Amino acid sequence: MEHWIEWVVAFFLLLGGSFVLIGSIGLTRMPDFFMRLHGPTKATTLGMGGILLGSIFFFYTHGETSVHELLITIFLLITAPISAHMLIKTALHYKLKTIDKTTGKENIHAAQQKQHDRKPLP
Amino acid sequence: MRFEPKFRWLPTPYRSVLLFIVWLLLSQSIEPVHLFFALILAVVIPLLTLRFRDPQPLIERPLLGLRYILRVLADIVTANAQVALLILGPKARLKPAFVTVPLDLQHELPITILASTVSMTPGTVSAEIYPSKDSLQPGEPMPQRCLLIHVLNLSGTEAELINDIKQRYEAPLKEIFQC
Repeated sequence: MEHWIEWVVAFFLLLGGSFVLIGSIGLTRMPDFFMRLHGPTKATTLGMGGILLGSIFFFYTHGETSVHELLITIFLLITAPISAHMLIKTALHYKLKTIDKTTGKENIHAAQQKQHDRKPLP
Repeated sequence: MRFEPKFRWLPTPYRSVLLFIVWLLLSQSIEPVHLFFALILAVVIPLLTLRFRDPQPLIERPLLGLRYILRVLADIVTANAQVALLILGPKARLKPAFVTVPLDLQHELPITILASTVSMTPGTVSAEIYPSKDSLQPGEPMPQRCLLIHVLNLSGTEAELINDIKQRYEAPLKEIFQC
């Protein structure tokens, strides 16, 4: 393998790896559930993107074009916000504690009031 | 806003194109057999699944849609760097907040795209969209809908953030779907 290819692949792998690591650090370091959710939904997505780019490049320079990684990236981009939404919705439903300095908590009440204020089914 | 497709046998042209491309990517070849099968899937799957879906506004400006996708991809990269910095930085300086964004959009598909974009991009996760369609009685007009989001670090004022989301993401979506 040529030298510069190794460098490029290593760059993408390291970039991706460090973002996944930062996402996981966010998961343990943040004080409440809602803030913890931000690390895995964002940093990890870009991290996976970086690793997959490295993989595409590696196989491309080896003569086998592999585009499955592109599909993985697309599916990841589509599904990550949905799972984050389900998680945070459940957290709100169970009224998990937020840290004290969180502002705008009255907005939650307003949203849930309207959401659950259903008319009886006919 | 347009709900009715141009051709009855091709109700969702962009989804058909997407299915076609995804099938070719999955099989990793452009031999005639795969092209033919991809074509069949691209026509048959939308026809079969159309009945399960509520009618949604159709994409009117595909080029603007493409621009929107590129912009969101660029924003994902910058937002990721920002969130990484926030995570590694001092915890005491973070100002988490819940913010309600009143929406101009009314239909499920554009709102879903907006909510997903908000989750992916600027340090925010969309938490609730209300009122939901299920809570309405049949024939009742759709009231003003709102998006509840959680912000990791509210750096400016609430109004600034709301304005930012509305201008950067909601306005292009309104134009793409013409609603």
